[in-house]
Amino acid sequence: MASLKQGVIGIYNWLEHRLGLGEAAVEAGSHHVPVKSASWWYVFGSAATILLGLQVVTGILLALVYSPSAAEAWKTLHFLNNDIALGWFLRSIHGWGSDFMVAVVLIHLCQVFLFGAYKFPRELTWIIGVFLLLMTLGMAFTGQVLRFDQDAYWGLGIGASILSRIPLIGGPAVNLMLGGPILGGATLSRFFALHVFVIPGILLGCVGLHVWMVLRLGINEWPMPGRIVRKATYEREYHESTSKAGIPFVPDGAWKDGFFAAVIILAVVACALYFGPFGPTGQPDPRIIETAPKPDFFFLWIYAVLAYLPPSIETPFMFIVPVLVIGAMLLLPLVFGEGEKHWSRRPVAVLMLTVIAVSLGIFTRLGTYTPWSPIMNAWTSDAIPVRYLHELTPLERQGALVFQNKQCRNCHALGDEGGLRGPALDNVAVHMTYDQMVRQVVQGGGNMPAYGNALSANETTALVGFLSTLNGSDQHPAVDASRSLTGTSELKPPTASPQSGQPQ
Amino acid sequence: MTTTASPPDAPRPEEQAQHLKPEEVSRRRFLFKLSIAVNSIVGAVFAVPILGYLLGPAMKKQRETEFWVGLGPVDQFPEGETRLATFRDPSTTPSDGQTGDLPCWVRRISGNQFQVFAINCAHLGCPVRWFAQSKLFMCPCHGGAYYQDGSRASGPPERGLFEYAYRIEANNLIISVGDLPTIARPGTKQAGTCPGATKPAANAPLVQLGQVGDPVDKGGANQWPA
Repeated sequence: MASLKQGVIGIYNWLEHRLGLGEAAVEAGSHHVPVKSASWWYVFGSAATILLGLQVVTGILLALVYSPSAAEAWKTLHFLNNDIALGWFLRSIHGWGSDFMVAVVLIHLCQVFLFGAYKFPRELTWIIGVFLLLMTLGMAFTGQVLRFDQDAYWGLGIGASILSRIPLIGGPAVNLMLGGPILGGATLSRFFALHVFVIPGILLGCVGLHVWMVLRLGINEWPMPGRIVRKATYEREYHESTSKAGIPFVPDGAWKDGFFAAVIILAVVACALYFGPFGPTGQPDPRIIETAPKPDFFFLWIYAVLAYLPPSIETPFMFIVPVLVIGAMLLLPLVFGEGEKHWSRRPVAVLMLTVIAVSLGIFTRLGTYTPWSPIMNAWTSDAIPVRYLHELTPLERQGALVFQNKQCRNCHALGDEGGLRGPALDNVAVHMTYDQMVRQVVQGGGNMPAYGNALSANETTALVGFLSTLNGSDQHPAVDASRSLTGTSELKPPTASPQSGQPQ
Repeated sequence: MTTTASPPDAPRPEEQAQHLKPEEVSRRRFLFKLSIAVNSIVGAVFAVPILGYLLGPAMKKQRETEFWVGLGPVDQFPEGETRLATFRDPSTTPSDGQTGDLPCWVRRISGNQFQVFAINCAHLGCPVRWFAQSKLFMCPCHGGAYYQDGSRASGPPERGLFEYAYRIEANNLIISVGDLPTIARPGTKQAGTCPGATKPAANAPLVQLGQVGDPVDKGGANQWPA
């Protein structure tokens, strides 16, 4: 036993004499950190790195089978799912690992922002971190493209349409992205190169820099209210306190990172086992147009924002706002490099983060059920509630048929079924008069197309007749207040008009 | 190295000291700078073909990628209807697979008057669907809607559907296709070249208002269907 141990030590010494890495690694690992920074709040950076490693390993394993050709990719995904032993599991881990990595990177960003970790002397660590976030999102997007299904195909079309709006060079930019005139094999190949070579290469290099700077500058100390960061004194104070009251990162602080890494990997595996791999959805055949393409979870908010922007400001918004947001994130540590770190003394920072997080959450939620999209099959799948058809005249029942046949249901809900693009019409007669409804149907307006060409006069009469019966729980229907005056003469005093009251 | 006996060709200490002074070894310093300069030139020369290779797809003129492609006999498109047609993109490569098969909407107005619309919504390129009953194209992504003549009806698009130029040859419908239709390259149809384009008023939604609205105006004043 002793001789075996001697042998191992001998091999280590032989290697160490030539490599000289062991000593440096021990020195880096056992550097002192502030005792309060060895906290559960400080585990997200290492967790993101662990997830990156997981993605690299599973990505290489998937690349053993995946074929980055528009003609083959979708088939090889199904081959992975169904014909390769545990292929589904690897796809599932890679997909869930991606979601976990984006989430952990975002949590890490929020934590270092709230803890003021971007302040002097860690400005560049933050700036490289911003690029790491962008590259993580870039990996998520290009990864969704490699899952070459309907969502990927039309998602690329959305990307191309956004690029085409760049003034002057929009056309060439689209062709550069697509690799040719149309979306096809060349497009998938270049996204494969981005996802597998270009972005990971830069990403790993930047992670190296990021970690190097954490080691070199020391981990951020636990912020205390009133402890002000000043460039003149900060580094001296930091090193004094860590050398006096610090603990070695390995092993006294690192055990938390170790346990959290295990937990996060197990969580990915659990999600992968329970939920299974993502897609692929329908085959990427542009002739199959019965599809409602949707981006992956972390891009749903962009999808929602693009639905709500008015056409007139959409293009400037697409190109100016990202530049401003990324520019602000990059400039943040340079402008606010000194001062308070504790969140209780930075109300504007806390408020900003809260507003941004809540906004992103709301837009993501909206993106999950897309109230702005017509429900394409509502006109044949969602029947009018029977209670709305009681005691109707034949004309009004005909109107109900018109309502269904002319696809009004795709945008308008009745009895909580149907599209949400337009308002629900359960009590439309309460706030619109007969004439207003005719005008709205025939001429359109607001967000509604004009149906003057699609409806005959009889159909319009029947349709509005039906709509006029939709007055909720028997509320008073809307009436035109001037209507009673149209039959009167200035020469005669007005009398109670038959039209002024309830409809017959 | 701490050898006591110097090899015979070792520089004498005063020679070594001389070599360590930068200004006195100008030839080596010059050659080092020269090597950097040579590599900069090699890099710059090498960058030209690399950039040419990378930017190749972006450098192609729009005209170079346009081809005429047949959609089949005119008779398969009934007058007054809008139908989905598909074609194999002429610029396709073997690795394109199904993505080289593209759809489009063909509207036969009457006789040899057609409108051929790109499938891609003018907002962000999703596939629009035709609803014959309400005479609308609707987009599933962000709710854009277009009238039967392709003009914008509602929603986020800032313009109507993209159109392909067409011609009839030997009773076949032929369209000109090129780049993926986007705002920057909005289809191959030039304004005014298509017979339908010169008189959009016939299909505009508001023209028939009087006709449709008439009966309502007559009866609307005194009726509230119960």
